[in-house]
Amino acid sequence: MHWLQMGGYWMYLWPSYLLTLLVVVLNIIAARRSLRAARAEVRRRLQAQRSNP
Amino acid sequence: MAWIWFHKLGSPPHFYRLAGRMTPWFAWPALLLCLGGLYGGLVSAPADYQQGEGFRIIYVHAPAAWLSVMIYSAMAVYAAVGRIWRINVCHALAASCAGIGASFTLVALVTGSLWGRPMWGTYWEWDPRLTSELVLLFLYLGYMGLRSAIDDTARADRASAVLAIVGAVNVPIIHYSVTWWNSLHQAPSVMKFGKPTMPASMLVPLLMMLLGFTLYFVAIMLVRARGEVLRRERGAQWVAEAAVEA
Repeated sequence: MHWLQMGGYWMYLWPSYLLTLLVVVLNIIAARRSLRAARAEVRRRLQAQRSNP
Repeated sequence: MAWIWFHKLGSPPHFYRLAGRMTPWFAWPALLLCLGGLYGGLVSAPADYQQGEGFRIIYVHAPAAWLSVMIYSAMAVYAAVGRIWRINVCHALAASCAGIGASFTLVALVTGSLWGRPMWGTYWEWDPRLTSELVLLFLYLGYMGLRSAIDDTARADRASAVLAIVGAVNVPIIHYSVTWWNSLHQAPSVMKFGKPTMPASMLVPLLMMLLGFTLYFVAIMLVRARGEVLRRERGAQWVAEAAVEA
């Protein structure tokens, strides 16, 4: 508990770490989604080409 | 002969496969370094004699600020190479950098602001370092806005490359702002010629975080760039094969 208080600076320190963690995680999710969406788009195009040769 | 590897990197299928193989080699060391750096920074490092425990914000603020500037520099170099030698992969890499760079510039600004409140007594000051970092955020947003405003990818590449290259003038301004002008912001303590001004117990975790964040960025950029390359090359035969393999 004492460690979490960070000498009275907890209200500045922990929001900084939380924001950084949030941005790190969101960047991972966004990058993976972007790649997945690109692959899905290619597959859709391929299926459309196969059904309308 | 020695430059064949470099020319091969400009080939979209080669880049796509290589980036897929390389990503875990950046991602896992990044995770380990950040975990080690966090332990060192939050638990092992002693409190600062002036700033007390509040100085520990440095372990997220400095890596975010470093990424904000480093990513912009990388983006400008990719944009210049793509513009000069018309290498499509470089434009894809530049486009992949922008979102990541903008998010870490925002983190640098917010964490700096949260650090400034107890240390300087204010969340914001129109200080040269803070202002030039804010300009960097606007440059990223301008770059992304310009790209999304132009439907034709080749035209968007050309126009946004010019903005990225011109905006690079802000990078040395950010770095030297604390020495050129009177600034509330502290002078460089790690990236300076000669010896860093931090003791090893504080410096080592910081270096681990800086390296960890850098490797994390490379991993994320490679994943984003693979998607960007697929989108740009969607009509090519190799893309059909790659999509079936995935």
